[in-house]
Amino acid sequence: MKEYSLFIGCTIPVRAMNYELSARKVLDFLKIPYRDVEEFTCCGYPLESVDELSSLTASAKNLALAEKYGTNVMTLCSACTGTLTKAKKILDENDEILEEVNEQLKVLDLKYERKAEVHHIIRVIMAEIGLDKLKEIVKRPLTGIRIAPHYGCHYSKPTSIFGDLDDPEYPTSIKRVVEALGGTYVEYENLMQCCGGAVMGVDEKLALKLAGKKLEHISDAGADAITLVCPFCYIMYETNQRRIERDLEKKFGIPVAFLTQLIGLALGIDSVDLGFKINRVRPKDLLAKIESA
Amino acid sequence: MTQTDVDSGEKSTITSDQLDPNFKYEVAKELGGKAVKFCYQCGTCAAGCPIRAIHAEFNPRTIVRMVLLGMRDELLKSEEIWHCSNCYTCYERCPQDVRPTDIIMALRQIATREGLAHSSFRQQVDLLGDMGRLYEITELEEGKRERLHLPQLRAKTDDIGKIIEKTELKKKIKGEKGGK
Repeated sequence: MKEYSLFIGCTIPVRAMNYELSARKVLDFLKIPYRDVEEFTCCGYPLESVDELSSLTASAKNLALAEKYGTNVMTLCSACTGTLTKAKKILDENDEILEEVNEQLKVLDLKYERKAEVHHIIRVIMAEIGLDKLKEIVKRPLTGIRIAPHYGCHYSKPTSIFGDLDDPEYPTSIKRVVEALGGTYVEYENLMQCCGGAVMGVDEKLALKLAGKKLEHISDAGADAITLVCPFCYIMYETNQRRIERDLEKKFGIPVAFLTQLIGLALGIDSVDLGFKINRVRPKDLLAKIESA
Repeated sequence: MTQTDVDSGEKSTITSDQLDPNFKYEVAKELGGKAVKFCYQCGTCAAGCPIRAIHAEFNPRTIVRMVLLGMRDELLKSEEIWHCSNCYTCYERCPQDVRPTDIIMALRQIATREGLAHSSFRQQVDLLGDMGRLYEITELEEGKRERLHLPQLRAKTDDIGKIIEKTELKKKIKGEKGGK
């Protein structure tokens, strides 16, 4: 198995340490080789809205570093996944743009050589371990746990960049993982709706309104938990859940778990080691159900 | 936006001398704007847009139409081009592969060159220039990470600062007009 460079991005190490913690624990457990790269910086996502060349160069910088260590990139955040994958596609298909970007990269003495690939951790697990194998090694199946997925947008869209990794309207990768873990996958109204995270800086009210709509739909479907794969979506549904409850004068109290946290639980890893103490919406009932089974 | 004025019945006539007939070509030159001229205004983008559903002022179809009409000034100064959540729903569904998400990105980039970047993005560029990351890693985070046995991180680097200096974004983002 080729080694991966773990790309944790800006948000996870500060605002979603439970994602990072559970990802590392699960990778160690599954013996997927990865390294940390101290020189990694922002993926380039926020720069895309202001300057294409700067964004592509920031992405290429990180890709070049992964190449320097002879690795592929493993991302946790969907925005990083989308941005790096898009940059790679543009740079791999356009000689002129690659040249221009590498010209900028000279200030850091780096060069992108079109070698590094970009893979989201869930896809790494699916490809390197496989769902049949995962199912086999589950120690604590999530039997009877009703799990509502939130795929997020940059995990599989646009398909012009991601290809057919997942269907843009009806994705199934999280479904397949949840079912391999023994859980019950819960569908709900408007399942593919965006979390609104990308508008948070521009119009907080609007972003929270969007997130609130989804929490209502998930609540109506009667889920025990939401699972997701991106720190921005997590901040919208988890970190901001109480605030949304106040705004809507409703109580949701739906725990939100990163998919890596659920994988870890099913593999028998202790919930504290998976960072569940960091979750603000207390997952006590959820954990009790899983741990007592 | 103008479309809203029309919807609400308020008069807002635009005369042709206020339009820039070359704007669509300007947008089409951007990486994300290539397909703008293919739009036949079917409205599939607006129908699926999650922002449009809760915020009537935002409408991807209107934005593309305004590009085609040449309403350059109005678009670049509008708050609405910053309201897209880039969820790619319209991008996936557009029968003409116009990629409205990318067109809106192109509009933001043109606006930035005119000194009209939204303040929230200006702040983000400043942070990235100073630290190379969006969130500061303070002693508090360092302590938390240590307790969780997570590796210590390099808190600051000027790598992104060097990149945006080289690409001249650092200069562009300041702008003379002050933006929003």
